Amino acid sequence: MIARLDLLLAPLRQHPARSTVSIVAIAVGVALGLAIQLINATAVSEFSSAARALAGRADLIVRGPRSGFDESVYPGLARTPGVVTASPALEVDARVAGTRQTLRVIGIDVFRAARIQPALLGLDADLLDMLRTDTIFLSPAALASLGVSVGQTIELQAGLTGRVLRVAGTTAAGEGGAAVGVMDIGAAQALFHRPGRLTRVDLALRAGTDPAALAARLALPAGVVATRVEAEGHDLARMTRAYRVNLDVLALVALFTGSLLVFSTQALSVARRRAEIALLRVVGFTRRQVAGLVLAQGALIGVVGAVLGTAGGVALAAGVLHVMGSDLGAGYFSGLQPRVVVGWEAAVVFGVLGVIAAVCGSLAPAIEAASAAPTTALRSGDDARAFRGLQTPVPGVVAIVAGAGCVFLPPVAGLPIFGYAAIALLLLGTIALLPRIVAVLLAAARPPRAVAGRLALERLRASPAQAAVSLSAIVAAVSLAVAMAVMVSSFRHSLDDWLQGILPADLYLRANDVGDSGFLSVTDQRRITETAGVRQVEFLRRLEVIIEPGRPRVAVLARDRVDEDPEHRLPLIGPAKPGTRDDAPGDAWISEAAAAIQGWRVGQRIDVPLGGRRCAFRVAGVWRDYARQSGAILIDRSRYVAFTGDRTADDAGIWLRDRAALSSVRAAIERLAPDAIETLTPEEVRTRSLAVFDRTFAVTYALEIVAVLIGLLGLSSAMGAEVVARRREFGMLRHLGVTRREIATILAAEGAIAAVTGLTVGAVLGYVISLILIHVVNRQSFHWGMTLHVPWAGIAAFFCAMIVAASATAIIGGRQAMSGSAVRAVRDDW
Amino acid sequence: MLHLSNVRKCFAGPASREVLSNVSLDVAPGEYVAIVGESGVGKSTLLNVIAGLDRPDAGEVMVDGQPVTELDDDALTLLRRHKIGFVFQAFHVLPYLDVARNVELPLALLGVAGAERDARVARLLEAVRLANRARSLPRELSGGELQRVAIARALVHLPRLVLADEPTGNLDPQTAAEVLALLRDTLRDNGAAGILVTHSREAARTADRVLRLTHAGLSAVP
Repeated sequence: MIARLDLLLAPLRQHPARSTVSIVAIAVGVALGLAIQLINATAVSEFSSAARALAGRADLIVRGPRSGFDESVYPGLARTPGVVTASPALEVDARVAGTRQTLRVIGIDVFRAARIQPALLGLDADLLDMLRTDTIFLSPAALASLGVSVGQTIELQAGLTGRVLRVAGTTAAGEGGAAVGVMDIGAAQALFHRPGRLTRVDLALRAGTDPAALAARLALPAGVVATRVEAEGHDLARMTRAYRVNLDVLALVALFTGSLLVFSTQALSVARRRAEIALLRVVGFTRRQVAGLVLAQGALIGVVGAVLGTAGGVALAAGVLHVMGSDLGAGYFSGLQPRVVVGWEAAVVFGVLGVIAAVCGSLAPAIEAASAAPTTALRSGDDARAFRGLQTPVPGVVAIVAGAGCVFLPPVAGLPIFGYAAIALLLLGTIALLPRIVAVLLAAARPPRAVAGRLALERLRASPAQAAVSLSAIVAAVSLAVAMAVMVSSFRHSLDDWLQGILPADLYLRANDVGDSGFLSVTDQRRITETAGVRQVEFLRRLEVIIEPGRPRVAVLARDRVDEDPEHRLPLIGPAKPGTRDDAPGDAWISEAAAAIQGWRVGQRIDVPLGGRRCAFRVAGVWRDYARQSGAILIDRSRYVAFTGDRTADDAGIWLRDRAALSSVRAAIERLAPDAIETLTPEEVRTRSLAVFDRTFAVTYALEIVAVLIGLLGLSSAMGAEVVARRREFGMLRHLGVTRREIATILAAEGAIAAVTGLTVGAVLGYVISLILIHVVNRQSFHWGMTLHVPWAGIAAFFCAMIVAASATAIIGGRQAMSGSAVRAVRDDW
Repeated sequence: MLHLSNVRKCFAGPASREVLSNVSLDVAPGEYVAIVGESGVGKSTLLNVIAGLDRPDAGEVMVDGQPVTELDDDALTLLRRHKIGFVFQAFHVLPYLDVARNVELPLALLGVAGAERDARVARLLEAVRLANRARSLPRELSGGELQRVAIARALVHLPRLVLADEPTGNLDPQTAAEVLALLRDTLRDNGAAGILVTHSREAARTADRVLRLTHAGLSAVP
């Protein structure tokens, strides 16, 4: 037993640096995957528990658009057989005047809410304050974030003006650290200029009533739906799923790279220990026992990596939640301040994945170790035979062909599963073919004149399979880094082009850049239009509607003059079929995401719920919209006003007269409501949008860097292992008169040639993967297209840095080659 | 060509011991000297000291007029590159270079131009009777052929001194005799001095002069 344990541990102990690198690589993959899972699970769980606390004892929630629905719906709901209590509410994300903070204000009917949502009522306070029009009860998180205490006042923006409210007490609403304020529903309707409007009605049902059956019986206006309380949070989880899955895949890439690193370490170790392993076979070890020994070493690496990775993942999740928030900068979970909740299922899943990755990485070396004939392996100089098994092209070709086929398959449950499978298969196929690819590339290289370069090239040419083993991790990491770089660059350039195309005005104004309590009244709109220097203004009303229960809400954008020359003013995709201004139904211009999610086509008649009824439109064309992931419908504002009577607006695009100065017009408009209106030039909108984009992709950059660093560590570790095995060769060269510096040059050249080879393969593979990311994964995940843009300069700089790093790591890894031990290695023969 | 005067060398460690004691030796240009002795007496250490791979604790070592003990690592490396050739017991040819490339390695290090380099390699391969194996890889050669490659490599850059340590240790008697004869002949043809360290009396007899190394120093074998 002890002897077996020694056999298991000895190779790992012999090369502690290589073993450590493998363990760290697995740990990093496990930690990243687990952290992403924990962060999202924590955010969704906190959101769901907050939603459940808000719903109290309710069984069903009737919801409408964010702009609300008519309160005349409420009596009908309350009288529905099976409904015990109906509690109406108005929810508004109110901007705290003069700041960029928001407060979720919930207006409630205190008598109704007391029956099913007691948590909403004020704690330790005069209940009459719950009925006053100038009081509000804040959650502890709201008190903390606003820096106020009970008895003090806060000012909330409504329209373009501020309204002062007294903090009358605290409320238990806002579990999960959400900043929430509760007040009387009538006061809230008046405060936010939403008379007769509700956004939700919570229904408590008689015992034994089937919520689903009752929900189906309700006669609700268009755009208003009834959902189970348990479904609260599902929308959010669905909305973030594609983003989360993308990050998960990146974490799995780190794990995959770690697996390749284990493969590289184990393969080189098995090759170097061929004689030792052959000896075990001679003294009675079976092939299965030999393979088991190598697999057990891999499993041991995996277990240690998984344990470290799990601990690291929990710590990473806590750190990221603290620093970046639960949406990793993507903006999905604003207002929540969650603490990490350790889901042990996720920890076990990622831990097991780590062990599987390490064992899979050891599989080929284990087979190689078990299949070597002892008599041959005992012979000195047999190392080169060790990798011959890797040269068969069949598995690689099969994987690549299968990967190419996956590209054409549709998404599964809205996720690009086959897209990811295509990427994985292409990666595996290329790595399986790497020995042959490396051989072809090195054969095509012209030998350098310098001795060091020539020796390095000849050395790599003679053992392409060995070079391929060393390069596998770096090829995987680089290909994914290149693919992500091309995809992100394409996205960023497409976004930039799109922004320049959709911002034709000289100045943009937003009444509710933060929250949804600000708006432009008809009077405000007239004052803006009449401001000196303004030539033309286009106002925009933004709202979100529920087209179909269970699908994400769709944005409706009602803008002035949409029907005027839309083909030149919209970033259209594909042919358009606009009608005339007087046509009925009117034109609706839908975004790519709306077309994909709702399944709409150009020319199709669609019903959009506006003002509580279904309004008919005809899809006139599809336009590119990077701002709204769940889809958008653009209609002419005059038609919106005709349907709803709502003349308010949220945004405005302003064109100046020829000689008007931008700064003076801007100042004049901002003076209309100094703390409520924000104006931005197109350039400022662009800068701000690109900053949000960069923040969102910061996590992917970080994951890419991790994957590349792991790959680089792999190359360094492999080169170090090579140098140890080639000590006598370097010792002989020192005898022949090769200086230490020239040995360093040989190693640097080997590192550089290997890196160039790996980078070349990685770049080509990365380019192909980027096409899959752009045209398959992104389209199926986010439903938007983009124009290919390769960041040549960035990739070239990255490649130069990689070549320098590979050369440096080769030299560092090869310190022993320049030391006295190399000379002594030759002397052993004297 | 080679001058050693009162060279002493101790190895430190738990059981410190003196390996070379008052070793003095003079080898004339073109002279071929065999050194025999028991295992562990310091034969290999003596070659290391001559090649500048080990520093003596005392004494003087001069190779072609250059004081080996006073040169730094780079200078010693260049001295080996220009003036010394090595033949190892385990051949030590690079497995990834063919025979011709292995032989031309010292010339490449010295920057000898292509045509001259090719001519010298061809001449040496002819001399060691491997002209027809120039493009073969080491794994395709027998032990005797590998050692002939090593001899060609040791002499191709016309060194002033060739150090050979048990060059026939891994060879059968007949091949060993061929290799020794070849080494002697090529040394003579190239005008190089040679030191052959060996256990074998037969091998030693191929040299011009035979010395025995003991803990007391070097002495002539009649």
